[in-house]
Amino acid sequence: MYLLTSSVGRKQLMAVTGLLLVGFITVHLLGNLSIFAGSEAINIYAEKLKSLGPVVWIFRLVMLVLFLVHITFGIQLTLENSAASPETYAIKQRTKTTFAAESMIYTGLIILAFLFYHLLHFTFHLVQTDAVDAVHTLVNGRPDVFSMVAKSFNSAFVSIVYIISMAALFLHLSHGLQSLVQTFGFNNGTSQDKVIGIGKLVAIFYGLAYIAIPLAFLFHIVKI
Amino acid sequence: MILDGKAPTGPIENSWDKHRFDMKLVNPSNKRKYKILVVGTGLAGGAGAATLGELGYNVDAFCYQDSARRAHSIAAQGGINAAKAYPNDGDSIRRLFYDTIKGGDFRAREADVWRLSQVSNNIIDQCVAQGVPFARDYAGYLDNRSFGGAQVSRTFFARGQTGQQLLLGAYAALARQQKAGTVKLHPRTEMLDLVVVDGVAKGITVRNLITGEIESHWGDAVVLASGGYVNVFYLSTNAMGCSVTATWRAAKKGAFFANPCYTQIHPTCIPQHGDKQSKLTLMSESLRNDGRCWVPKKAEDCEKHPKDVPEEDRDYYLERKYPSFGNLAPRDIASRAAKEQCDDERGVGPGKRGVYLDFKTAIDRVGVDTIKERYGNLFEMYEKITDEDGYERPMRIYPAPHYAMGGLWVDYHLMSNIPGLFVAGEANFSVHGANRLGASALMQGLADGYFVLPYTVSNYLAGITPGAVKDDHPEFKRSVEEVQAQISKLLKINGKRTVGELHRELGKVMWEDVGMARSDASLNHALKRIPEIRDEFWNNVKITGEANELNQQLENAGRLADFLEFAEILTKDALHREESCGGHFRVEHQTDDGEAMRDDENFTYVAAWEFKGAGNEPELHKEPLRFENIKLAVRSYK
Amino acid sequence: MNLTLHVWRQKGPKAKGKLETYQATNVSEDESFLEMLDEVNEELIKAGKDPIAFDHDCREGICGMCSQVINGKPHGGQERTTVCQLHMRSFADGDEIFIEPWRAKAFPVQKDLIADRSTLETIMQAGGFTSCHTGGVPDGNALLVPKPVADYAMDAAECIGCGACVAGCPNSSAMLYTSAKVAQLAVLPQGKGEAKARVKSMTDALLDEGFGNCTNHYECQDACPKGINVKFIAKLNREYIKSLV
Repeated sequence: MYLLTSSVGRKQLMAVTGLLLVGFITVHLLGNLSIFAGSEAINIYAEKLKSLGPVVWIFRLVMLVLFLVHITFGIQLTLENSAASPETYAIKQRTKTTFAAESMIYTGLIILAFLFYHLLHFTFHLVQTDAVDAVHTLVNGRPDVFSMVAKSFNSAFVSIVYIISMAALFLHLSHGLQSLVQTFGFNNGTSQDKVIGIGKLVAIFYGLAYIAIPLAFLFHIVKI
Repeated sequence: MILDGKAPTGPIENSWDKHRFDMKLVNPSNKRKYKILVVGTGLAGGAGAATLGELGYNVDAFCYQDSARRAHSIAAQGGINAAKAYPNDGDSIRRLFYDTIKGGDFRAREADVWRLSQVSNNIIDQCVAQGVPFARDYAGYLDNRSFGGAQVSRTFFARGQTGQQLLLGAYAALARQQKAGTVKLHPRTEMLDLVVVDGVAKGITVRNLITGEIESHWGDAVVLASGGYVNVFYLSTNAMGCSVTATWRAAKKGAFFANPCYTQIHPTCIPQHGDKQSKLTLMSESLRNDGRCWVPKKAEDCEKHPKDVPEEDRDYYLERKYPSFGNLAPRDIASRAAKEQCDDERGVGPGKRGVYLDFKTAIDRVGVDTIKERYGNLFEMYEKITDEDGYERPMRIYPAPHYAMGGLWVDYHLMSNIPGLFVAGEANFSVHGANRLGASALMQGLADGYFVLPYTVSNYLAGITPGAVKDDHPEFKRSVEEVQAQISKLLKINGKRTVGELHRELGKVMWEDVGMARSDASLNHALKRIPEIRDEFWNNVKITGEANELNQQLENAGRLADFLEFAEILTKDALHREESCGGHFRVEHQTDDGEAMRDDENFTYVAAWEFKGAGNEPELHKEPLRFENIKLAVRSYK
Repeated sequence: MNLTLHVWRQKGPKAKGKLETYQATNVSEDESFLEMLDEVNEELIKAGKDPIAFDHDCREGICGMCSQVINGKPHGGQERTTVCQLHMRSFADGDEIFIEPWRAKAFPVQKDLIADRSTLETIMQAGGFTSCHTGGVPDGNALLVPKPVADYAMDAAECIGCGACVAGCPNSSAMLYTSAKVAQLAVLPQGKGEAKARVKSMTDALLDEGFGNCTNHYECQDACPKGINVKFIAKLNREYIKSLV
C-alpha cells in the first residue's frame, strides 16, 4: 500500500483519522455535557446508547481502528523524524513552532494512557470501584450513571487525572486542528494565520468543555 | 599567424541554416560510444551538458560548487534578450544582430552574432517549455522590458532573478539527464589541467575538493564553460569562486586567449564600503529604465543630503550627454560617464566614489507600488547592504568589474585552436566584441549550450574514433604529476602573506592601472607590478593545511597563481591595442568630448595570445574581422 | 566592535567536532558576516592555524551556497536574508555568536561549517523538471499563463536550494524545498502533465534520502532566506491527494 509508506500519504492518514477522532470527541462531549442537564438526562442518554447494541460494537471497532492507525503512524513518524535529526544545535531558536507542536507525541501518549484509564474506569468499572458501583443501582429503572460520575469526581485525584489528560487533549488539538487543514491543502498563505488562530480557539473550547465536568463536581457546582 | 574563424560565407540570413545542414552527424546508435567532458554548469555548460546528454552522448560534467545550480549565471538579474518582437516595436533578428555588433563596438564576428540573434527566439520557447516563470501580463502573454543599448523592448525577465530562473531551467534539464544516466555530475571538483595528446584535447585533470584527490578524466571532446575572469580585479560582481583557472590552464596547454583586455565595468553596482570588502554587488541595469543618474552640479553640494540639492543644481549627466538613449546608454558609456563625474570631484557618498540613481520621477509617474513590483528585490538588497531606503533617498551606485568579453579564442564552431577543445559562454570571446549589451550574456550562454554545441560538437565527433585515447595514456599521468607538483610547491612556501592579501594587492593594481581608463603609463606600471606580486606570491605566500583534504586556501592559491600569470597577458593586450573600443578605453585615444575613438584601420581584428611561459613575451595571432552586413561606423548614442 | 565567536570545528566527515572560541576584533558594522569571518581566518592563517572552512560563493544571496546556523537560526534569522547578506550592523559590540553547520542526517558535515547537501539534488532528479526536449517546443506565447499564475509560480521558484528549511525544521524535513518545485510546475501548463507522477516521486525521494516528514511546524518558512511560504506545502498536499484519484 503506497499510502502507508509514503511521507505525505501517512500524513494524510494522520489527518483523516485525526479528523474522525475529533468527530468522536465531539459526539462524546455532547453526551457528556448532558450531565449539566441533571441526573435524569445523562442516565437516559446512557441507557439509549446501551440499547443500540451491535451498533455500539461496530462503532467501538471503528474507533479502535482509527486509534490504532493514528497511534501507529504517529509513533512511526516521530521515530523517523527524530532519526532524521540526530544531532542538536548548541543553541536552538525556534520562532514559528509551538510547545503544542513539539510535544505532539507526548500529549498523544498521555491521551492514550488516559484512554486506557478511562475505559477501565467508566466502561469496565475496574478502578475506583466504590464510586463506580453506583452504576449498579437503578434510578427510575435506569443505571445511575450520574452518581457514578459524580462520586468519581468527588475524588481530587481522579479529577486531576482527568483535568491533566484533557489539558493534553487541548494541546494536541491546538496543533492538530490547524495541522489537518494544512495537510488537506486548504491554505493559501493569507488564510494560514486565521486557521491557526481558529484551531487554537476550538481546541480551547474542547479542553474547557471537557474539564468543566470534573471541575463542576470537584467544586460541588453540580451536586448529587 | 593569421587565424581563420571558419565563418560561413554567403548571405548571412541563411548562414546558420546552411551550415547546420553542411555539418556532419553522428548516427544515434553510435552516440553512446562517445564521451564528452563539460567543465562548468552555468547556462552554457549546464544547457550544453543536458542537451548533449539528451542526444545520447555520455557526458561527464564538472563544477566546483556543491551543485550545478549554484554557477554564477544564477546571479544575473535583469533579463534575456530575444528578437521575438512581441511588442511590435520594430524589432527583428537583423536589429538584434545590428544592436549587438554596434554595442560591441564592431569587434565581434558577424556570423556568430547573426547565429546568436537567430536562435535567441528558440531560447525563449525552450525556457518557457521548461517551466521558467517569465513575467506575463494579465492575459498571459510574455512581458518585455527595455535594456541598455537598444531602442526596442526585447528583454524577457523573471522579476529580478532572470539568471536564476534560466539556470534552474537548465539545471532541471540536467537533473533529468542525470536521472536518465546520460550525464554524470562531479560537483566540488575543479579542473586543474587540460590533457592534450598529439595536439588534440583528450581529457582533463581535476582535483576533488573534498578529498583533495587528483583525478584524470578522458573524453573525446572537452567543453570549457567555466565563466569569466574579472575576479582578476579582486573586487568584482563575480562570485568568490569565479576564476580564470580552467581557461588559463588550457591556455598554458596551447589554447589562444583572445581579447583579454575587453572587460566590462558595470555601471549600476553598490559602491565599495571599506577595505575589508570581499566583493561588489551589482544591481540590475534594468533599474536604469526608471532610475535617473545624477550628481550635484557643484562640488560643494556633494556632502549635502540629496533632497537638499535643488533640481536646478543637479546634473543628469547621461540625459545631458546622450539625449536619445539617456539613462539607457550602453554599459561602457554609462560607467565611464560616472567615473568622469567622480573624477570631476562631484561624486557622492563615502570617498566620493558614487553617483545617484534616483527613482523620484518614476515613483511620481507610476507610483511606488509599481516600482516595488518591478524592482522590489533590488531595493531590498540595496537596503541590506547600505542600510538606506532607495525609495526615500536616491541610491548610490558606482561601476564595478562585471563581465569578461574576452576569453579563449574559438572559431565559428566554438572550437579553440586545440582540436577537440570547445569553449562556450563567457569563457569564450566570441559574440560580444569589445562591450556586451545588457541581457545578452544569458542569451549567449543558452544559445551556445542548447543550440550551437550540440551541432558543432557532433560535427567534430563524427570525424574521430570514439575512445581512441583513454586515461591510461602517459599524458594523463604526466598531467597528474604536474598538478601534484604545483600543489606541493604551493604548500611548501610557508611564507607570511595570505592568499587574500596578495589577491587584494593584485586587484588594486589591476583596478587602478588596467580598469576603466588605461594609459600607456598606467599599463606599463601594471606590467612592472604584476611580476613583483607574482614573485612575492611564489616566495612568501602562506597556505595552511594539506593537499589531501578540503582546503579552501589551497583552492584560492591555485586560482590566484593563474590570475597572476593571466593579468600580465590582459595588460599586454590592453597596451598593444592602441585604440579605445567598448570596455577598453585608452585615454590617449579619445575624442575632444571624451568619447572612445576606435582605430578601424589598424585594429579591426581579434587579438589571440599564445602563452609562452610566465615572464616570456606571449605571441600575438590575429583574426581579421570583416564587416559585410553592417557598415563600420562611429558608435553614437547621442 | 569586538565579538566572541563560538564556531563548530570538525576536521572531517568522520571526525568528532566541537565548538571553539575565537575573538573577532575591530569589526566594522558595514562588513558582511562572511567578511568578518574572512578576517578571523586571515588571523588564523597567519598564526599557522587551519582557517574555518565555510561554504560561500556569490555573496549576494542568490547562489544558495552559504549555510550557517547563527545563534540557533539558519542564516542568522533575519527576514529574507542569507548569511552572506547579513551585515554586522545587526550585531552589537561584545556579542557572543554561535556558528554551527546545517545539522541533519541528510546533510552530513564534511568539514567545519560545510555540510554535504547532495541529497537535495536527488530530490530534484526525482522529478523537478518538465520532460521537454531541447528544440521542438511551441512558441513561448502558445500557452498563455496569466500573470497571477506566473507570479505564483515565480514565488515558488525563488527557492535557492540552500537547505535552510531543513536546518530549521525540527524534523529535518525538506518538504518546503520539495513543495516549492512541485507547486511551481503544478500550476504551469507546461508542468501539469507530469504533476501526479512528480509529487509522488519527489516526496518519495525525500524520505529515501533520510529527510524527516513534515508535521506542520512552519519553522521552514521563517528560516527561508527567500520567504518561501508554507502554502506551497499545502499545495503539495493538494497535489498529492489529486494524484491518488
